[in-house]
Amino acid sequence: MASATYAAAVDPSARAANLRYVAARLGVYAFLGFFAVIYLLPLFVIVSNSFRELPEIAKNGLISWPYSFSLKAWSQAWSHYCVAGTCEGIQRNFFNSLEMTVPATIVSTLLGAINGYVLSKWRFPGSETLFACMTLGVFMPGQISLLPWAFILGSIGLSNSIAGLILVHIVQGLSFTTLFCRNYYVSIPDDLIKAARIDGAGFWRIFWKIILPLSPPILIVTVIWQFTGIWNEYLFGVVFTGGRQQPITAALVALQTGQMNAHPYDIASAAVLIGAVPPLLIYFFGGKYFVRGLTQGAIK
Amino acid sequence: MRAAATNALVPGDAVRKRSRGRDLIASWTPRLVIAPSAIASFIYVFAFTLWTLYLSLSNSTLLPTYQLVGLKPYFELWSNRRWEIAYGNLFFFSAFYVVLTLAIGLGLAIAIDQRVKGEALWRTIFLYPLAVSFVVTGSVWNWLYGPDAGIEFFVRSLGWENFTFRPTTNKDLAIYTIVATGIWQASGFAMALFLAGLRSVDPDLIKAAQIDGAGPARIYRKVILPSIAPIFLAVAVVLLQFAIKTFDLVVALTHGGPGIATTFPANYVYDLMFQRGQIAIGAAAAIMMLLALAVVLLPYALWTVWRSRRTAGAHG
Repeated sequence: MASATYAAAVDPSARAANLRYVAARLGVYAFLGFFAVIYLLPLFVIVSNSFRELPEIAKNGLISWPYSFSLKAWSQAWSHYCVAGTCEGIQRNFFNSLEMTVPATIVSTLLGAINGYVLSKWRFPGSETLFACMTLGVFMPGQISLLPWAFILGSIGLSNSIAGLILVHIVQGLSFTTLFCRNYYVSIPDDLIKAARIDGAGFWRIFWKIILPLSPPILIVTVIWQFTGIWNEYLFGVVFTGGRQQPITAALVALQTGQMNAHPYDIASAAVLIGAVPPLLIYFFGGKYFVRGLTQGAIK
Repeated sequence: MRAAATNALVPGDAVRKRSRGRDLIASWTPRLVIAPSAIASFIYVFAFTLWTLYLSLSNSTLLPTYQLVGLKPYFELWSNRRWEIAYGNLFFFSAFYVVLTLAIGLGLAIAIDQRVKGEALWRTIFLYPLAVSFVVTGSVWNWLYGPDAGIEFFVRSLGWENFTFRPTTNKDLAIYTIVATGIWQASGFAMALFLAGLRSVDPDLIKAAQIDGAGPARIYRKVILPSIAPIFLAVAVVLLQFAIKTFDLVVALTHGGPGIATTFPANYVYDLMFQRGQIAIGAAAAIMMLLALAVVLLPYALWTVWRSRRTAGAHG
């Protein structure tokens, strides 16, 4: 840096090169900054408007410095606002989503870990074909399974219930979790397993004592992937549940369509933000693993 | 071992038999353990597809019936104006969405790759839309595109009193709002994958090009981009897959409107099955979605297998 400025001081062509370098750097930051503003705009809008007062929003618009401050929208959105006829806010749907997402994430991840363990370390004739068939589930459009699921959930008495959604998400998630875990366990050396078997360790012992202790990186990736995916899912929620049983995504859509005139932006912002907070928290605290899951899920 | 030592009085044959029994159980444990998941996945992937296929060939309307009528639902689907709009939208959306997401993703990745300050922060900003649901994304952008408090209001408040920007209420422009929001949501994803690719390019190749006197633009064009071409293809395939499955974004952003202008295939499937009581035609539309995915994914899967065989062959 110092030598470059010195050279620039004496040599005009070096000074031009230096100027060009500075211009290029500024260009790079301007480019990134421009896109960053567009990317952050919606986040800024929902966060700031959830703390503003509706008359002030109506006067200054959504994209504005917050000139008012109030927590009223949050309490309204959480416990008083009317969605589809019941006026207890979005909290019920929030807890529905939580009750659905937590068990579905845990079960599908555990099953994925065990499946991945079998498919990588205990291969049997046909296990590769089985793996290929299971991964096909990753690409299935949800629409294909809607009618069969509706029939099955109805016949086992789980239609319009959180338990039904948990089942749907576990089965749908299996293909992802198995794929993630299997591809991770393949890189664990087989010699480790062989040595354990010679020492007399069986299937479960090897799983508990060797595989699971090596698993945290992939389990975190899988849990994050499943949690955000299931929390954010809308199609199954709106098809298989209604009213008070709906997860938060379906309730948020109902809340938007219910209001035609004089949109309550303050309450809607708070409600939308409540729906976005759990995955956002996971993203900001587990970002590294989130990105890793993304790249693995995409490339493999 | 320990069992054999303590049971020294038990005839050896019985021990052997028992341990053979245990071996048998042990050798079947993995298969038994994976069986429930395998059966569930098998039902989910194959039985559900065949089930929906069967329904798409039946005369089901409000309730599923199992009387076959051949391809009639497919003819009805393809002669339907709304389906025509839906798949037209899908083609239009896919083209813009994939190309522009790749372009912006690559631009952001290259910019971040210039040893910028605060790289982690930039990446966090561009990737966060992926963590948030389409319902949230669609809702917020719907407010911003709307006339009463969004972008139009903002620009007018800056002094351009006659500025008009109401794309979601215009049937020709509404589709662009879905394209733009889709790009906003996915270009961080393309950026992350491209950045990983840029970082994995062999530095010796770049050095060799620099020694040959190539400038940065030329190095990107001739050395770096060709070597990350497979990532381009992978991202494009994933994006196409997203495009075909586009559903909640449309619901939250435009509700398929104004009118039916922004209907997508996935939305129409839902409408036919659960709003209009046209189960057979809805199932036919769902099968068309599956076919579209197969058209995108099968060639890609075959190409991937072919490529990995070829590189394996080259090394062996």
